[in-house]
Amino acid sequence: MRLEPIAHPSLARRAGLPALALLATLLSAMALAALAGANPLAVLGQIAVGAVGSKFALLETLNRATPLIFTGLAAAVAFRARLWNIGAEAQLYLGAIVTVLLGTGALPGLLVLPVTALVAALAGGLLLLGPVLMKTKAGVDEVVTTLLINFILLLLVSYLLEGPMKDPMGMGWPKSTPLVTEARLPRIVEGLRLHWGFALALLAAAAIWIIQTRTKLGYEIRAVGLNIHAARFAGIPVNCVLVKTALLSGGLAALAGWSEVAGLKGHLSLDLSPGFGYTGIIVAMLALLHPLGVVVSALFVAGVFVGSDAMSRAAGVPTYIADIVLALALLYMVLALGLTRYRLVRG
Amino acid sequence: MQAQEVVLRLTGITKRFGPVLANDGIDLALHRGEVVALLGENGAGKTTLMNILFGQYRADAGDTQAFGAALPPGQPRAALMAGIGMVHQHFTQCGALTVLENIMLGRESLWQTRLGRAKARARLAQLMADFGLTVDPDARVGDLSVGERQRVEILKALYGEARVLILDEPTAVLTPQEAEALFVTLRRLVAQGLSVLFISHKLGEVMALADRCVVLRHGRVAGAVRVAETNPAALAAMMVGGDLPGQAVPPGRPGVVLLSLRNVGGTGVDLDLRAGTITGLAGVSGNGQAALADLISGLARPLAGQMTLGGQAVPADWSPRRAVQAGVGRIPEDRHRQGVVGDFTLAENAVLERYGEAGFARGPFLRRGAIRDFAAGLIGKYDVRGGGPETAARGLSGGNMQKVILGRVLEAGPKIILANQPVRGLDVGAIAYVQSQLIAARDQGAAVLLISEDLNEVLDLSDVVHVISKGRLSPGFARGEKTVAELGLWMAGEGFDHAA
Amino acid sequence: MMEIFDILLQASFWAAVLRIASPLIFATMGELICERAGVLNLGIEGIMVIGAFTGWIAVYAGLPLWWGVGAALLAGMAFGLLHGVLVVPFGLSQHVVGLGITLLATATASFAYRLILPEVTSPPKIEPFQPLGLFGPILGAQTALTYAAFGVVAVVAYVLYRTPLGLALRACGDNPAAVAAQGLSVTGLRLGAVMVGSGLMAVGGAFLTLSAFSSFFFEMVNGRGWICIALVVFGGWGPGKALLGAMLFAGFDALQVRLQQTGIGEILPYQLFLALPYILSILALILMSRRAQVPGALMIPFRKGER
Repeated sequence: MRLEPIAHPSLARRAGLPALALLATLLSAMALAALAGANPLAVLGQIAVGAVGSKFALLETLNRATPLIFTGLAAAVAFRARLWNIGAEAQLYLGAIVTVLLGTGALPGLLVLPVTALVAALAGGLLLLGPVLMKTKAGVDEVVTTLLINFILLLLVSYLLEGPMKDPMGMGWPKSTPLVTEARLPRIVEGLRLHWGFALALLAAAAIWIIQTRTKLGYEIRAVGLNIHAARFAGIPVNCVLVKTALLSGGLAALAGWSEVAGLKGHLSLDLSPGFGYTGIIVAMLALLHPLGVVVSALFVAGVFVGSDAMSRAAGVPTYIADIVLALALLYMVLALGLTRYRLVRG
Repeated sequence: MQAQEVVLRLTGITKRFGPVLANDGIDLALHRGEVVALLGENGAGKTTLMNILFGQYRADAGDTQAFGAALPPGQPRAALMAGIGMVHQHFTQCGALTVLENIMLGRESLWQTRLGRAKARARLAQLMADFGLTVDPDARVGDLSVGERQRVEILKALYGEARVLILDEPTAVLTPQEAEALFVTLRRLVAQGLSVLFISHKLGEVMALADRCVVLRHGRVAGAVRVAETNPAALAAMMVGGDLPGQAVPPGRPGVVLLSLRNVGGTGVDLDLRAGTITGLAGVSGNGQAALADLISGLARPLAGQMTLGGQAVPADWSPRRAVQAGVGRIPEDRHRQGVVGDFTLAENAVLERYGEAGFARGPFLRRGAIRDFAAGLIGKYDVRGGGPETAARGLSGGNMQKVILGRVLEAGPKIILANQPVRGLDVGAIAYVQSQLIAARDQGAAVLLISEDLNEVLDLSDVVHVISKGRLSPGFARGEKTVAELGLWMAGEGFDHAA
Repeated sequence: MMEIFDILLQASFWAAVLRIASPLIFATMGELICERAGVLNLGIEGIMVIGAFTGWIAVYAGLPLWWGVGAALLAGMAFGLLHGVLVVPFGLSQHVVGLGITLLATATASFAYRLILPEVTSPPKIEPFQPLGLFGPILGAQTALTYAAFGVVAVVAYVLYRTPLGLALRACGDNPAAVAAQGLSVTGLRLGAVMVGSGLMAVGGAFLTLSAFSSFFFEMVNGRGWICIALVVFGGWGPGKALLGAMLFAGFDALQVRLQQTGIGEILPYQLFLALPYILSILALILMSRRAQVPGALMIPFRKGER
């Protein structure tokens, strides 16, 4: 048995295999539910109802999807250039730190929101610049450095929450002083628990889509990711493109932190992100790195998480079923993508 | 000789890859103590045939026999166990391991608890003495010269008790003198009762070394003859199927110097490229061609000495993009790796060097319509078959891919053209096309630098020939000034010493 | 600075160094085997988690301690097989698959833990490996698993450099085409390396639950896997130097814990001490990456017959 490359995969292959991957994900979820002693179909139903079955559930899903769109875009942009940014978690927290620094009274009224967003994004981008420079200058694999920085940033947050940023009114809970009202993102519709961060995430997805398909930068990013040698030979400034990609990717991840703090929580705490940075990788891969697809897959992933929480309370299947199912979905999708380009043949 | 035992017999080998019939009913027999040449152009099916023999592919039909016993298909070990050794064109060696380790690889049972290093060392020494092949067993293979690495390959096969040796394009990487030494070695092996099958597309060495010659064309046996009863012209006709084009290239009209190198890299590399001239660079690959090509294409900057374009020193920030802007057209050595982005469309590949120009971009945005129109024009003008502007480049044949690159280079109206191995791996039609385009560009006043490891190609096309060896560049020789043998000495590095 | 000298003179410090180094040694050797064969295994973090969990739950269920180690080994090999199948014969991105394996293994451990123990709030304890008490206060404070860790280094070094199998593995990581040309199966060798390597990673995880601590926490591996990847680079892909790196690293870790109790610890925030291992890993990567002999075919899939 060996794999034979397919020069021009058929549409059936390009659409059918990812569809099969989703089907396999569904079947795995049912198998896990059965393993936990529950009725598989009932569990799926409860997850669906828990995710979109009521106005409250739907809003919860949209809220959960917001940071995932940002981190998903961060991963999608970077992976297109074959820059393995696994540090979205750190960039997210740095964005949140900056938001608290600037949003607790340091800046005058109207400026607060745009400035915090911009500075947060810049900080996130700069945080990724370090690993990228280590990659281009010293040949250090950026996966490991970005992963290690995640742990360092969490310790920094822990330090800040116990020291300089500690909320004096926090009654001992490790959380920061809350943002001033001007620094907070308003709700899209008064009375509905959904903030403008969601709309901005959609806007970001559209912007990234335009950058990738219509601009020189998008062209450069794709060329670098698909064949770095040809890109370099043709005169595309590879390192410069990687730096721009890093600023974009890190900035997007930081905006996830900004939108969580400014839109939802109002303060920084150690549980701000239940792994949004890592989940963003799954979101991006399920979307096949397509920026608009990221929105869809972020909604799906958020729905699985929110629905599983609700289902877990009702059916008693551990909520971690969501993590397993999504990790499997990632692996199935990568395999489906691989088999789009290669077919198994004998001899 | 007829009565000799048949050591290897292939019967009716057929292999299809999708629409391509790579091997079509091929028969071939090799006798004991015989040298047979398998002659054919690139793409004639030679490599596929060898991959079938060595179990890398399974044939769709036909069978293989070694020493009278059938070889099971699809089992790489089977041919080795039967005493058939292969010396690949691209050596299958581990550069980080020593010679001894490379030779021992796969020779002992994997589950043995200890490497028999001492015994292997003794046996290797014996083999080196028996066949007159010497290398340092403890040298890292990555540090050896190409000729030495080939010796390691042969020793590896002999160590595996090969009685049949198959060599794939063994002289492609050697100087003429090294090749002669290889022939001596091979004759010695045959005299000791081994049999040799060597794969080649060079008529000269077939005539010099082989007893018999089997010619492949388009996956079929086009003829099998005794070398003593034929001549190069007949073999060539069999190989390409008809008369050779063979017309001589009219000489160019040399103009002003467009690009000049003075003592770059500090190793005395002096080179002038004149308008209206094809300058050929002959030499065995790995002797500094890559460094020179990188310099001219912008991938590297001159570390020492001077590099001038049209009389001006190149800017300090010399880069591929600067090179393109300065009118240097570049055809890269490896078109898959450096020439095209396989997953980009032909349109995207057509502007890979120029997407930022005003015609193709407005502000930060690409003008996708203009790019598509440009690509469509290029595809028509350069006769690119197999796809339109929206087709992925990955699916094109090598020749069509090269035409896209050629079109990209020529459409920019280059003053200087760096053509690095421009026809490597192409079929006859594509070779003729690419060469005629280079000549046409020369006639319109471009300065062309042709780098090739095929000495005949260099001699056929060039108005001036330089030889490169160990990073040094010979003076330029006018067409016909030196014989092949003399150039061979320069390639081996000897001319430099006499000149100095 | 006197504090540092005081600490270095304590036997308990050196005992701690060996204890902290042990899980790193197992996992680093596991990663080293994979990478020498040409496969980057980013599943390491998750495989350590699943090893920690499997070993612990097996012992919690009443099996002997060594059976727990065996269970962890098998669980690691199972995830290694999954990783190997996806990246070796299918040639998928080693980065993405590795991260996927880490997410999957981590989630599987959490899911299984909650499934088996739905109600517990504080993790139940088991009776872990006890110190052997031989050869004085430093070595005597170590459990059998620490001795095993050092034994593994010797075995890995011997196999890699002194056996035909090791030669074939190293060749796979340098130029798989050369291995295939000798009729050996690159797929088989790499799959085997990834499985055995993953098994060792899982045993490294099991050390945490069966020897260092006596119960299982979700966050207990805490980036140790990523540190091991840095240690492989630091050790220049050689078992001896990687062992040295693990010891050095454990030394700093043991030192920072003790420094927190001293005058220095009152001035500097404890988080800085905790961040030290990660910062050191990044520094090690920067320092060693240029010099190191990276296996030539690391992360490059090998597809038979592909040119």
